[in-house]
Amino acid sequence: MAGVAVSTTINGDTIEYLCQPDETLLDVLRDRLGLTGAKEGCGTGDCGACSVILDDRLVCSCLVLGAEAEGRRIETVEGMAQGDKLHPLQQKFLEHAALQCGICTPGFLIAAKDLLAKNPDPTEEEIRFGLAGNLCRCTGYDKIVRAVQDAAIVMKGA
Amino acid sequence: MRYIRPLSIEDAVGQLAGSAGPAAILAGGSDLLVRMKGGFVEPELIIDIKSIAGLRDIRETAEGFSIGAAVPCAVLGENAALKKAWPGVVEAAKLIGSKQVQGRCTIVGNLCNASPAADSVPALVAAGARAVVVGPSGKRTIAVETVPTAPGRTSLAKGEIIEAILLGSQAPRSADAYLRFIPRTEMDIAVVSAGVNLTLDEAGVVTAARVAIGAAAPTVLLVEEGAEALIGRKLDEAALERLAKVCAGACRPIDDKRGTIEFRRKVAGVLATRAAQTAYARAGGK
Repeated sequence: MAGVAVSTTINGDTIEYLCQPDETLLDVLRDRLGLTGAKEGCGTGDCGACSVILDDRLVCSCLVLGAEAEGRRIETVEGMAQGDKLHPLQQKFLEHAALQCGICTPGFLIAAKDLLAKNPDPTEEEIRFGLAGNLCRCTGYDKIVRAVQDAAIVMKGA
Repeated sequence: MRYIRPLSIEDAVGQLAGSAGPAAILAGGSDLLVRMKGGFVEPELIIDIKSIAGLRDIRETAEGFSIGAAVPCAVLGENAALKKAWPGVVEAAKLIGSKQVQGRCTIVGNLCNASPAADSVPALVAAGARAVVVGPSGKRTIAVETVPTAPGRTSLAKGEIIEAILLGSQAPRSADAYLRFIPRTEMDIAVVSAGVNLTLDEAGVVTAARVAIGAAAPTVLLVEEGAEALIGRKLDEAALERLAKVCAGACRPIDDKRGTIEFRRKVAGVLATRAAQTAYARAGGK
């Protein structure tokens, strides 16, 4: 099988890779580029653990082909912190203990980043609906919602 | 397997028609990639249509709206003019999947996946939507309800692609609505669903109606008797009772883990009634 040559932008950097035509963007990120923040939960778009932002739209990277990324702009959890300084969402997830096993956390962080970019002052209901595509089997969601509410306050003040 | 990204619909049609093995159209991929992963389909050729000019656009035309085959459902919900003219179509499209899926899934994909439970299809049928089909022998425009022929099957011939969905301009005092039943509040597959589109006269009497029921037969049902039950009347109790009865009667549902035949019949009638009431109120009826 011939590889597909792809040139794309990931977290602001131009990245080039070769992938197979049936390889998902999730597999490219994890196995070819070493960006293991996005996790494979279900592999069928149900759990949100592999969420990334593709041209300003939240998507499941397991439901995108690596070949489709040509010329597009991808944001992953690895792009959230600036050097050693955590993104306010990351900081608040730590402070609120909004994670236990951590598998769902990168997906929640990216989904919450997308949510706050489009709606900087969401209600609790809007947060719960906005994050409904991300499953967490540990926390019961409440601490995640509190962390996002708190981060929204910090980010508005920034 | 090969992956190609044609720049014109003619090229896409040519590649699809000329493919010796199984070929698949990729727009949002939210059905295709899941089916590939599960081993249900093994295409030799994947044709990504998102780089074809115009396929990612919603255009307002003299006749109404033209929605390109690669427009994600999230974009439908962000289009104020479309939402105002066709709130039922938009609310149906917005019910498909999570936010992550909304950013990718399309109404043409929903139609061509040919699930009896597709959310956007009953709303499109009630709205009288048409599909623009491009194939090796040219272009034709067909009613949306003629596309799915059985679960997972469509009437499209080899080499044919749906390029766009056309919605008319809504007549004055007209509106549509869509409702589905699911056992939870969000993100589930319709157990049964109903789309209704109504036009009223100045006195609030229904002058035109289309009623469609989903997930209650192998394909979406356009219930002509449902429309007849409403036309010439205000939405009085007798008209609504008749609507519920004929919708329940039109269903040919199956028993499965999501609902029994008896339950689906009853709920089809209830949902048609409620969707009709919502459409009536949206159209300005009192």
